[in-house]
Amino acid sequence: MSAPLHPGYADDRVRLLIEKLPCRETQLNTLLALMGEPEQYCYPSIFIYGHRATGKSYVIQTLLRELELPHAVVSCVECVSAGILFEQVLRSFFGSAYSSSNALPRKPSLSDFIRLYRQLCVQFPATQTRYIILDKAELLRDMDANLLPGFLRLQELVEDNVTVILLSEIVWDKFRPNTGCFEPLLLHFPNYSKAELQQILARDTHPAYSPELYSSYINILLGVFYSVCRDLRELRHLAALNFPKFCEPLETGEAKEKDAHKLWRNIEPQLKKAMQTVYLREVSSVQWEEQQSAEGEVAELRGLSSHDHVELPYYSKYLLIAAYLASYNPARTDRRFFLKHHGKIKKTNFLKKHEKTSNHLLGPKPFPLDRLLAIFYSVVDSRVAPTASVFAQISSLVTLQLLSQVSHDDQLDAPKYKCAVSLDFIRAIARTVGFDVVRHLYDFLLRPDRHADRACRRVTTCPLLLILSRRTLSFQMYAGPPLACDSPIPAASRFLRPPDVSEKMQK
Amino acid sequence: MAAITASISKGCFVFKPSIKKKKRTLDAEDYFINGSDDCENGKQRFLLCQELWEDMKSETESVQDDLNKKVLDSLLEFARKSTSSFMSREEDWASHMRASEIPVAALVLGVNLTDHNMTFQSLSDRLQNSVTPFVVSVQAKECAAVKYLLQKVLQRLTGVSVDKDEEETSTDLPPNSAHCSLRSLCDWYKTVCKNSSGSSPGEKRSSSEMEFSANPPIIVIFRDLEAFSPRVLHAFILICSQYTQQLPLLFIFGIATSLSTVQRMLAHSVTSLLCIKLFQFSSCTKHLATVIDKLVLTPKFPFKPSGKVLQVLVGLFLYHDFSVHNFIKGLQLSLLEHFHDQPLSVLCCKKQEAVVRAQQLNHQEVENIRQLPSFMRFVEQQEPQEQVELLTSDEHVKEVCQKLLKGLHRYHKNFFPILRCLHVLTSSLPKYPLGKQIRELHVTCLEKDVWETEDYESAMQLLKILAKDELLTVLQNCVETLKSGKTKELRDALKHLQDLKDRLQQLDAFTDPSALGGHVEGRENECFSENGLQKKTDLFQLQKTLLQMKECRKTKKRSPFELLRNETIEYIDSLVKMHLTRPESQPLYEVCYCTSSGTLRHHLNATPRTSIQTALAHPYYYLQNEALRSETGAISSAAPDICIVYKLHLECGRLINLYDWLEAYCMVVTAADGEDSDPSEKGKFDEIRRACFIRAVSELEFLGFIKSTKQKTDHVARLTWGGC
Repeated sequence: MSAPLHPGYADDRVRLLIEKLPCRETQLNTLLALMGEPEQYCYPSIFIYGHRATGKSYVIQTLLRELELPHAVVSCVECVSAGILFEQVLRSFFGSAYSSSNALPRKPSLSDFIRLYRQLCVQFPATQTRYIILDKAELLRDMDANLLPGFLRLQELVEDNVTVILLSEIVWDKFRPNTGCFEPLLLHFPNYSKAELQQILARDTHPAYSPELYSSYINILLGVFYSVCRDLRELRHLAALNFPKFCEPLETGEAKEKDAHKLWRNIEPQLKKAMQTVYLREVSSVQWEEQQSAEGEVAELRGLSSHDHVELPYYSKYLLIAAYLASYNPARTDRRFFLKHHGKIKKTNFLKKHEKTSNHLLGPKPFPLDRLLAIFYSVVDSRVAPTASVFAQISSLVTLQLLSQVSHDDQLDAPKYKCAVSLDFIRAIARTVGFDVVRHLYDFLLRPDRHADRACRRVTTCPLLLILSRRTLSFQMYAGPPLACDSPIPAASRFLRPPDVSEKMQK
Repeated sequence: MAAITASISKGCFVFKPSIKKKKRTLDAEDYFINGSDDCENGKQRFLLCQELWEDMKSETESVQDDLNKKVLDSLLEFARKSTSSFMSREEDWASHMRASEIPVAALVLGVNLTDHNMTFQSLSDRLQNSVTPFVVSVQAKECAAVKYLLQKVLQRLTGVSVDKDEEETSTDLPPNSAHCSLRSLCDWYKTVCKNSSGSSPGEKRSSSEMEFSANPPIIVIFRDLEAFSPRVLHAFILICSQYTQQLPLLFIFGIATSLSTVQRMLAHSVTSLLCIKLFQFSSCTKHLATVIDKLVLTPKFPFKPSGKVLQVLVGLFLYHDFSVHNFIKGLQLSLLEHFHDQPLSVLCCKKQEAVVRAQQLNHQEVENIRQLPSFMRFVEQQEPQEQVELLTSDEHVKEVCQKLLKGLHRYHKNFFPILRCLHVLTSSLPKYPLGKQIRELHVTCLEKDVWETEDYESAMQLLKILAKDELLTVLQNCVETLKSGKTKELRDALKHLQDLKDRLQQLDAFTDPSALGGHVEGRENECFSENGLQKKTDLFQLQKTLLQMKECRKTKKRSPFELLRNETIEYIDSLVKMHLTRPESQPLYEVCYCTSSGTLRHHLNATPRTSIQTALAHPYYYLQNEALRSETGAISSAAPDICIVYKLHLECGRLINLYDWLEAYCMVVTAADGEDSDPSEKGKFDEIRRACFIRAVSELEFLGFIKSTKQKTDHVARLTWGGC
């Protein structure tokens, strides 16, 4: 008889595990080797990182479940306070013993937890290594400062056979507290390759169709989506959404399972459309399905971002325009725009160097309330009494998140605001009241030092134009998994200048 | 009192207010009674006012319900559907494969934040009645962190009050933190579902519980999505998404601006957990139009706001807040104003009642009627004999008054259908000469006789060149609107219009349109051919040809269609001239029309800055002290210090020298005292005066009129201009 795959664990169990966790064999073996036999002490803390949907939690959880090892799974996002975390750990290790015996105090600290753990541990000593799995461990950093270091050397503190496994999408370097701590073992889960994705996705075949058909479907799907999305979960979702459409010709009898080309021609445009709509959640999945079933007569579904129109009261519109002007024009140019006899701005060094770069690239700047009102009164075409409702409108614009208050809420004296809307938006608003907002923006003014200016602008906008030309593409690149960026996609798109403006700049 | 407090030692004495002296707070009725001399009259008016307002309020509520019924119904349907899909989730291949998403209904409600409360109230009531008992609504200001959001949701669902961390209440409750996780919610939900699906219908929710499905969804309403912090929402959605298998959750987002805020606030990783469906509520302008239609443009309610009042209210709506709720409140205020200020508003009620009341008028009230400008005008138009009668006999006035009231009601009954008719006719014209919305036309009609305006002229001109099919459709619409009319005049008008329409339609049968057209064209061609001979045209000739063409047109025989068209338009014109006279021309119009637009504006559109300036410049306005009543321009020394300082600062430039200012101030104050200043004390100011001055200056600084400047140490900078 050959040597066991991993001592301490039954071979068939391990085989089953390997069967269940495709494409993660190496990681599995490393983990099993690290864990050693159930009774042996394991390394105190293990840190596992990898992108979204690379199977971190799934591997760990299946492993511990299948091998029937004592473990506690805690998602840190759920733990709004440390108390919940402690309680979940204690509950899953000691069960009823915990609740009957003395509970944690109201605001438990780490030492309370350790004290209680040790008490319970005396009653129920560990026969096998206990595992604590902390999912989304990056959130531990925001909790008490001693929590993360404490958990890293928990084995030492409670003097029990316990191992903490941290799961995160962020590398360990970003965790390391500056006071120093116990270094955990690092384990990386790499992204799935295309072939691996294909292998995994092809496993869940539709019961009504042959596995080969499904596999070819997955092949087509990956062909379209792989460049954009490597998130397994998302891909599975998309596969499920679009499969009925793929099977449509088969059901109507137009094609057979062998006619790969025909099937491909049928599904390909559909998938492309899905990439632009349902993948970005412009269209919700249910709407997508409804649209598919009611093919033909249904008009084009409008995406979420197309609902950008906002109705505002008349003066609110002008207030918003004034806020936009105040945010994007340097304060010194106000004379130029809002005084009758302003004269020409002649000096080339009128503005400081940093003001020469386009303000639209730098983002909105804060402005005080006085300036907003001054611009408002010169912009609005009729005489407006400074009534309470004008001020009320400013605060309601802040609640609507069209303006944002920069200064602290308590500062009643001279509050400062920023304008939080895009150029597109403000132009649409300005059009409804017949106000030419672009003519009042310093960035779009042809300045006397035209040549230097133009050159400078070309430099600053060139990369942007590049992005613009591949706007949709870049959209997806932002969304794609290679960047685990937290910023929402539309926000990314908002940095891009609208095409028509950039054309104007090129002239 | 002195006896009680007479004590050898110093001390504090506490006097409890005696109960008898307690001031009774005045309610609205007392104001009515106190405001007028006649107590009985005041009471009556108050009752009338309340009654009328109740009617109007119920009307607005029904309007609101009708308006959003469709959207709310589809929302309820959506909620039900999401529940059923939750139940059937386990078996299906597709649903097994799909990522579990939380269904979200995004309600786009418009920017009028004040109106949302009502909508959400009715929404959650409806949901609770027909879909699920588990509806929670949360507001952003209660949920600064995820912890509080979770707490609120759990608290409101389970009905258990989770205490704040500090409070120690019952010891058997598990610790606070443990109580507020979604896991405990899960446990709670399971037990509740088991209980309800099991037995024991005798429990508290017995009857209503049976109507819901086995797994009623848990609905969380986020009232103001924009105000939530993205981090909180982020975390909450992530947490909830882990429980989608166990809890049928459903979110409702109340969005004020646009749907794209959802994407702006939430990262892709979070939006991919949601399945968003859009529900667009009707726009607030539409809502306003229906409210005006139901409350103002109807003879149903005797109370009418005048054109100015309507302008103030609509202006506030359009320019400032877009809030229908505030509009209705404004209308209520004008109603109160009217009944409070106008003693004759006792007659502002239903026709029969008004007639009876007119019979019971006392002498004082009859005298009031005689003073009404509209009644005086009416008297002037009468025969001399009648005039004497009207001025002397109370009984006669009462009789005439009854007649006039009836006339007024009749006028209203005719006014609104004809108004609608005119609107139907003109709203399809290019450039909308009489306004796009009926409310604009209405205001014009209230302000002046509409047929005297230029816009009306141009509208009629445009109507006279309408094509036949257009004319037929607008006529048809007119007939439709007039069908609701009940008075004799309206029935006649309806008949006449119907007749005209029939004749227009029959025109086809009698004359061959092509022949007619050919005939006209032929004539025109003649004209042109004459001109065509002259190849070279100079300005003079061009003028001549144009004149000729005009002649040609004039002399041209009109087709029967044109004749009929002119007849129709003229008939409509006559209708307008007969019925759309402005209300001021009606005797006793003051009874029904609220004209106090000034007070209304004063109350609704507060101007803090102006009031401060008034207070400083004209202290008499607020203090009502006779000593302060000074001729314009002069600075009275009796005025409060700050007023003097303010007036003096108006005369200065951008920078004010504090010493000069102080000198001027002392001059003003001493001049009034009448003491001629002692030469030895010159240059030295009384310390008290200096203190007064400094205090006044710092008060001015606090109000934002001046600020200290770094340019010169003993100077302050002035911040306001004008108003001198």
